[in-house]
Amino acid sequence: MRHTIVRNVAELPTYGYGPRSGPWWGAMGFMALEGMGFAIAIGAYLYLYAVNPSWPIGAAPPDLWPGTAETVIYLLSIIPNQMTNRAAHRQDLAKVRTGLIVMSLIGIGLLVLRGFEFAHLNTRWDNSAYGSIVWLILGLHTTHLATDVGDTVVLTVLMFTRHARPRRFSDVTDNVFYWNFVVLAWLPLYVLLDWVPRL
Amino acid sequence: MTVAAEERELRDDELNGLELSARLRSIWQTPSGLLGALTSVDHKVVGRRYIVTAFAFLLLGGLLAILMRIQLAGPEKTFLSADKYNQIFTMHGSTMMFLFAVPVMEAFAVYLVPLMVGTRNIAFPRLNAFSYWMFLFGGCFLWISFALNVGPDVGWFAYVPLSSLQYTPTKRPDVWAQMITFTEVAALAVAVEIVVTVFKLRAPGMTLDRIPLFVWAMLVTSFLVMFAMPSIMVASTSLILDRLVNTRFYDSSSGGHPLLWQHLFWFFGHPEVYIIFIPGTGMVSAILATFARRPVIGYPVVILSLIATGFLSFGLWVHHMFVTGLPQLGAGLFTASSMLIAVPSGLQIFCWLATLWDGRPVYRTPLLFVIGFIVIFVLGGLSGVMVASVPIDTQVHDTYFVVAHFHYVLIGGAVFPLIGAVYYWFPKITGRMLSERLGRWNFWLAFVGFNVAFFPMHILGLIGMPRRVYTYTADMDWAHLNLLSSGGAVIFALSFVLLLVNVIMSLRSGTLAGDNPWNASTLEWATSSPPPPQNFDRIPVVKHRDPLWLDNASLPVVAGLSVERREMLVTSLAEAEPQIREASPEPSIWPLLTAIATSVFFIGSIFTPWAVLWGTPPMAVTLIGWFWPSGSKEDEE
Ligand code: HEM
Ligand SMILES: [Cu+2]
Repeated sequence: MRHTIVRNVAELPTYGYGPRSGPWWGAMGFMALEGMGFAIAIGAYLYLYAVNPSWPIGAAPPDLWPGTAETVIYLLSIIPNQMTNRAAHRQDLAKVRTGLIVMSLIGIGLLVLRGFEFAHLNTRWDNSAYGSIVWLILGLHTTHLATDVGDTVVLTVLMFTRHARPRRFSDVTDNVFYWNFVVLAWLPLYVLLDWVPRL
Repeated sequence: MTVAAEERELRDDELNGLELSARLRSIWQTPSGLLGALTSVDHKVVGRRYIVTAFAFLLLGGLLAILMRIQLAGPEKTFLSADKYNQIFTMHGSTMMFLFAVPVMEAFAVYLVPLMVGTRNIAFPRLNAFSYWMFLFGGCFLWISFALNVGPDVGWFAYVPLSSLQYTPTKRPDVWAQMITFTEVAALAVAVEIVVTVFKLRAPGMTLDRIPLFVWAMLVTSFLVMFAMPSIMVASTSLILDRLVNTRFYDSSSGGHPLLWQHLFWFFGHPEVYIIFIPGTGMVSAILATFARRPVIGYPVVILSLIATGFLSFGLWVHHMFVTGLPQLGAGLFTASSMLIAVPSGLQIFCWLATLWDGRPVYRTPLLFVIGFIVIFVLGGLSGVMVASVPIDTQVHDTYFVVAHFHYVLIGGAVFPLIGAVYYWFPKITGRMLSERLGRWNFWLAFVGFNVAFFPMHILGLIGMPRRVYTYTADMDWAHLNLLSSGGAVIFALSFVLLLVNVIMSLRSGTLAGDNPWNASTLEWATSSPPPPQNFDRIPVVKHRDPLWLDNASLPVVAGLSVERREMLVTSLAEAEPQIREASPEPSIWPLLTAIATSVFFIGSIFTPWAVLWGTPPMAVTLIGWFWPSGSKEDEE
């Protein structure tokens, strides 16, 4: 077919931020399906809760302090996360590096706390259906957390190499975006795991 | 990038014709040789593999169906043992649903959607390659297990408690559950790719109301995949955990509940039907417009019906559980919603009929299959409305009536459009036409064979033949209808043999197709057949819903993209205004390595929980290899 050039796009940028860029929508997509996974797991929890006359089954509710400490850290982590975001938009490499290091450390700290949380669930996965669903949900979110922390650590290292080119700042903002989702996903799970058994 | 570098880069407005084509081809080409084949990220290469692999599984699943029909052709046959029969119907159902029907639809989308929206590759091409490998490995895993006599034997929905360790102390249900994980990972990946491709990679000017209906259908399907499949992943994971580390999800003595399984399964399983059927409707719309020689009447109605069907499909799952003793009100509600979903499907059918009526239909093979689809699907819909009602369902549940019903909707709703689609798009994919004469034989054999095979099953069900029985006694009086059904199945199978013959012969010596043999209206026909690696030498600009009918001699295009590296145009979500010239990934071996590492992890973890420990590091390493910039120009912008 004959081509008639009706427009020239040579002046367009080669990367973008937020909903302008493809990877941001990719992240959105994965958040949607992971969010759905959590919703389904929550549904399963509530189903088991509804069909059982006593809840939690044969166990004390989880100790409150590990989950609560995590929740506080998650909420506070939004601050350095947003600072990293702003630095990335300004393409301020030094600040981005600091921000990413802080976020990596927070993530690792949370993973350690998560270990304590498992230890303080007061039930095992094979005790009862209650134990099973609690371990499953916490396990899901831990996988989610660990993946994001791994991602953040790799990105942090990357920003210290020669690959720290301008387009990587867009990756940093996507990483920030994803962390917000990790935090957001945790809040209902915290209520579910730590407070529903106390109802 | 500095201004100086930018000036040095060659753009596509400085070249023309063959020179431009050749340059783009050399950039976008998949490298030759085995390594090239293993590293390809071209959506057409991956899509073709996906299609061929899915059809290979159709062949395998079909062979099993024939084995079952031989066994059931007469009373008390000993061709298959009860145990083999259990494995075979489970393998048949699982293969057809998870390895054929869903993947084949996604495969067509992988191939066609980027072409139809006028871009050069799918979004996240490496994820796409990864998805294919996961699908392939998952399918091989299931079939190799079957060959080793560990094929699943608990039905395609693997109900607990039958599938629990207590009642099935073999690895068979684990194989089933992990095959699910493989294929769902693959399907979810493609779903995200399609969504982003449709949202962000459409040609400039392709506003939301100019998107081809097939692309709309695949978009809705992708959302269904994203919201339905997590449920089955939770289900299959919890089943494996119950069987491997003694969790108690389904153990009623420790607070678990078998019905939880059914909820999780059907929350996915019902939308699954629409995940298979909605792409079929997209194919129908595409074929119908071309052969009725006019746009589909009621474009907005069709889109709204698709979206409505998508939403409603999540409110129906409980109709698979009517006989589990639900509260009355619940059953009533789900009956109502099950009947409601017939409305959008009905609307679409009226739009198609109106299109045919108002058009000047050219009865070529693809259109024949579409008409076959309409007839069969309407029949399947009728029996569907019947089983949506609780009293009827209570009678026919788990009988051959249900087997008849779901083959009418699955084969009528998806396989007929699919074969039509094969005839329709084969020329684009291969550059050659399929034989029209064989095509007609193919259609009539399929149509007659199908009805002879499956219509008698309605009656068999009504007179009491249960599904999933490996034989029956002569005094049941089921023999004649079963023999008839088996005969039909053989005719139906022959129609696929004919398709295969047609494909092989046409690949060798079919008529050359040219760019647009059907004089169709959408963008995939604006490039050569088969399309070059870059799809289009310049990105088209869309000014009309049927661009090639508006003008089939000249194509308005944009210029200004690089001809030195892989570059695509990213546009805005609603208006498709150009926003970014974005780099597109080069071939890479890492998706394959990641898929291998993931497979080792998945398969290991049905044998030992420790696989989570030793299986994770290789996955992490391969993923880092995947995402680490290779230092090529694309990465260093
Ligand atoms: C050659 C064409 C086919 C024939 C002759 C055929 C035949 C059969 C028969 C006889 C059964 C019932 C087995 C039993 O309950 O004992 C069955 C089950 C089934 N078929 Fe097909 N089938 C064909 C194609 C397909 C296709 C194309 C699909 C899906 C896209 C499909 C999906 C299923 C499913 C999901 C089951 C249920 C398996 C189970 O009970 O676990 N079939 N088929
Ligand atoms: Cu259903």
